[in-house]
Parts: sequence; C-alpha cells; structure tokens
Amino acid sequence: MQKRCSIEKDIYLPRLATLEKKRLMNPTEMYVRFTLDDGDFEFIPGQLVEVSIAGIGEAPITISSSPTQKGYFELVVRRIGNVTNAIHRLRIGDKVGIRGPYGNGTYPVKEAKGRNLVFVCGGIGLVPQRSFINYVLDKRGEYGDITVLLGTKCMAQRFFHSEIDAWSHRKDIQFMETVDQADDCWLGNVGVVTTLIPKIETELSSALVFVCGPPVMYKFVLLSLDEAKVPRENIYLNLERKMRCGVGKCGHCQINNFYVCVDGPVFRYSDLSVAPEAI
Amino acid sequence: MSVKKVGKGAFAKFVDKLIRTQTVIGVKARGDRFDFDVLESAKELRLDYDRTLQPPKKYFLPAVETLLTYEIGDGYKSVFDEGEFVLIGVHPYDLVAINQLDRIFSQDNCDAHYMKRRNNATIIACDVATPSKNVFASSMGTATVKKGFDVLLTDICGAYIAESGSRKGEAMLAKIEGAVKPTKEDLKQREKVWGENRKNLNKHQLKCKPSDLPKLLDKAYKHPVWEEKAKTCFSCGSCNLVCPTCYCFNVQDDVSWDMKSGKRERCWDGCLLDGFTKVAGPHEFRKNRADRFRHRLYRKGKYVPAKIGGEIACVGCGRCVDACLPDIANPVNVYNRLVDDLGVK
Repeated sequence: MQKRCSIEKDIYLPRLATLEKKRLMNPTEMYVRFTLDDGDFEFIPGQLVEVSIAGIGEAPITISSSPTQKGYFELVVRRIGNVTNAIHRLRIGDKVGIRGPYGNGTYPVKEAKGRNLVFVCGGIGLVPQRSFINYVLDKRGEYGDITVLLGTKCMAQRFFHSEIDAWSHRKDIQFMETVDQADDCWLGNVGVVTTLIPKIETELSSALVFVCGPPVMYKFVLLSLDEAKVPRENIYLNLERKMRCGVGKCGHCQINNFYVCVDGPVFRYSDLSVAPEAI
Repeated sequence: MSVKKVGKGAFAKFVDKLIRTQTVIGVKARGDRFDFDVLESAKELRLDYDRTLQPPKKYFLPAVETLLTYEIGDGYKSVFDEGEFVLIGVHPYDLVAINQLDRIFSQDNCDAHYMKRRNNATIIACDVATPSKNVFASSMGTATVKKGFDVLLTDICGAYIAESGSRKGEAMLAKIEGAVKPTKEDLKQREKVWGENRKNLNKHQLKCKPSDLPKLLDKAYKHPVWEEKAKTCFSCGSCNLVCPTCYCFNVQDDVSWDMKSGKRERCWDGCLLDGFTKVAGPHEFRKNRADRFRHRLYRKGKYVPAKIGGEIACVGCGRCVDACLPDIANPVNVYNRLVDDLGVK
C-alpha cells in the first residue's frame, strides 16, 4: 500500500485561482466566479472545493456552476464565519487557494438520464443544486421532466432573481417557489417548502428527488416524500458537515461510517439507513 | 530476515554510536513514569519501562505541525520534515497502532507529510518487560508482533534477541558489533517471554474476540450504556489525546508579525470535545455528550476497522483508562457490558 502512495504530491497544497466576478445577491449571499491560474479543472455536479484565504483559513464550498460552463467555476458564499466573511471582502483580481474538487458522492449525472427529476431546495440549498439543474438544462433532451421547488425564509433572502425568473418562464421545467413569511408585496406561495410537494405535476413515485437545505428541513421533506411513496433509493440528500481536510483524514465530517468529503456530499437516502447520525 | 543475540552492553555501545550520527529517540524516565524523547546517551534509555505517557505517534503526526507556508497573494509552499531518525523502544501494541496509521495515511489520498516522516524513521521495537497497570493488549491480540518493525528486541535476562523485520533493520543489525547467533535455548527463552506476554498483558479481560466487536456494535447503537457512562464525561478529550490510534486533526492558519506571510498548521483534535462537529450557522451535529462518547468507541471497534481491513483500532495500551478522570473511558468495560447484555452471537 505504501508503494502505490505518491509522497511527492501534497494533498494539502492549494492551487491559486483569481477572482473574476463578484456580486452581492442579498444582504448575506455573495456570488463569486473564479478561474484557476494553472488551467481548467474538471468536476461533477455536487463536488466541493476547499477555498483558502491566506491568513484566515480554509472552508469547504460546493460548486454552484455547471461543468458545462468551461473555463471558470462559480460559488455562492453566505457571510457567516471567518473565511466566508473574508471571501465577501475579496476584490476582483485577488488570489485564493483552491483544493479539489472533492467528493465521490456526486449527483448521479448518468443514472438520471431519461428520468424525471425533482429538486427540493431550502434557502441556500439552491446553491449546490443549481450546478446539476443548470447541467440538466444545458442537456435538456437527455432528461425527463424537471421540477424545482424553492423555499426561502423571507423575501429579502431570495437570490439568483433573474435566473429564477428565467426558470419560471421556461415551458420545459416546472418551477415553484414559496417563502416562509411574506409581506403584502409578495404575490406567490407562502409556507414552508413541503407545502409545494403535493403541487408537483410529475409522477413522484418514479422520479429522482434531490434535497438540499438547512438540517431541520430534511426531516420534514423526507416525511412528505414518504407520504408521496417515493422509494428511498430514488431520494438523494446533499449533506453538510465540517469538512476540514476534504480527503477523508481529519474526521470532522464523519457521519457514522461515512465521510461526507469522500463518500458524499450527495448521498442516496437508502444508503444512509446505516447512518442514524445523518438526519 | 536474521535473528541475533546482543549483550546489553554491546547494545548500549551501538546506541551511543547511533546517537553520534543521527537523531535517536528512545524511552526515558520522567520521575516515576516514562516517555519518548531525544536520547543524549544510551544510559538514558529504559527498555524495561511499563508504558510511555504519550504514544510514539507524535513523531509521525506531531501535536502541531506546519503543512504549508504562504505569502499573501503569492501562493502556498509545502513544508516537509526531512530528517531521518531512529525510534527505540516501541512496544508491540504501539507498533500495531503505527501500522494502522500507516494504512490510513497512505491509502486513498496519500498524506505526504505523515508518510515522509514515516519513511525517514527506523523503528526498533521491544517486547514488554514490565506490564503497566491498565494494559489489555493480550485481549486485543497486540501483546506481541511478528511484523511492522525494522528491528524487534526481546529481553532474555542479560541480553537481547534482536530480529530484523525489514531491509533497513537488516542493515542496522549488521552494524551491531558483538552480535552473535542465538542458541536454541535463547530462542526458547524468547518464545517463553512471548507466551507470557500474550497471557499476562491483560489487566482487563475482553469477554469476546476483538473480531466480534464490529458485529457487536451493529446492534448496540441504542444501548443505554452510552448515556449512563457519558453522564460523568467532562468532554475533556484526554482519551483522544493519549490514544495511539486517534488521528483526527484540525487545520488553522497562522499569520506572521509582518502580516504578509504565514503558515498553515495542523494540530490534533478530539472527537470527544464539544465543538468538534460545529459548523457555521451555527449547527452542531454531535452536540450530545453521549453521542460523542459512543462515536469514539464506534470508531475504535467498527468505523476504522472497516477502513483498514478489519483490524480493531483499539490496541489495548490502557492509556485512556489512566487518563480518564471520571473513569469511564475503558473500552473493555463498555464492550464487556455490551457482550453481557446483547451477546456476540
């Protein structure tokens, strides 16, 4: 085993990337777009990168752009900790360190071909899902019906306004949105994201369902999906943990016998039956 | 690989010669206890020790180490430890632990920082001469070893039987002056030491085979023992700190005074500590003390074994038993309770 191992390569060494674009999308969410200084990089929807800000630290962030967009990748970062605040302060042309992409548990890009897909997103749970949604939209003919459900806490926290607007006007995708609390200016649905599940037009029991959102959301969404008779092997959950090293060593992201950074971050719900810590 | 007999005086001379040419780390007395440290003379070496305070893991995975240096805006550079060293006096159970870490750090994503140090090391292991007060290596099948060392020393009253286990060790044996071929009687003596150690390094008897543990834990997830034991847990992480097979770490950046450069360090972390699983948000995924307590024993008995081919990741050194103030960390007590309540079949 020691022979196969290359000790010349340092798995902790980041590559440099340059900030190309940034846009504050709401008070807490920043859209950033990076290009790697030493060439392109390949990834599969669902994979994450470790972003290093020299002097501050490193944070795992799932890529939000689709691999069909070549030459750059996009992240959406909520301002919440040291590294994410530092990312918000970056200026165009600034350098960051990038490690990755990491995660063998990705969206089932091949397996999903020809199937009907349902995306259930809670708040910034839209960010990782967007990678696969845009991937599927770029290869629209290869996949069945697409349904996207988005639940946001309040109107001020909505983001990707123009992209969402475009989705809601497309005929080849069913997009539904709700906010938990609304004021008079909001004309759409009000309530948590599970209230949208009965409104899904596509046949749920044969669709692949992808869920990503805050920890509390999973329990309720899974209950609703259970009621709708969606088999567990058709449900994929995007789990978040503290992925310190990204390479399955440091132990922080462990969920029972799984490492989110290596075995995830996207898990098939049926595989998680042996991991009670997951939900 | 060859086996030789070396007088204790001849071995001490050999160690002194080694010390003149390279870094030699060995077991030294610290008051009435023992620990690994850099040797200045062979006189300091105590191969009759019972157990060291810290496992020798720290020479491969230091408590704090620099992974990278950086200039802000100008990229990162790897930092590696390149110095060769000899580690003398590793007990079989600690050696088993090192070999487990070797597998963990070399498989899948190879950790060059660990592996470089490991490849730079020559390990002279030694069989236990004085059992420590909480050792249970016999129960874990780690009281003696057949491989994994460069040289293995066994004390047979007045002399050592030295066996090489690698090419590095073979070369080292060849350099010991005054080493002779052991007689049949000598080898019989060594067998006797091994036989005794396999029986006597056992202050706590595990009531099942170590290989039964993963299956036992499969049905123990909701057992009341986790809550009961964890009631008095301080979440201090001492059990993690002294464990030869614990390897979880944290990574942090440190900035120099000039605010332009700095280093990225990794340091040990412990799954028993509150905040180990905390993420921004703030969400904490293993907030409950009992969950963390259970996680450690599941890692030792189930999760890590699944990663490294079945070997149980508790080697029976007994350090956590000594380190734990509320006296709940002893894995044997917990596993035995599960055997009693759930059975191994």
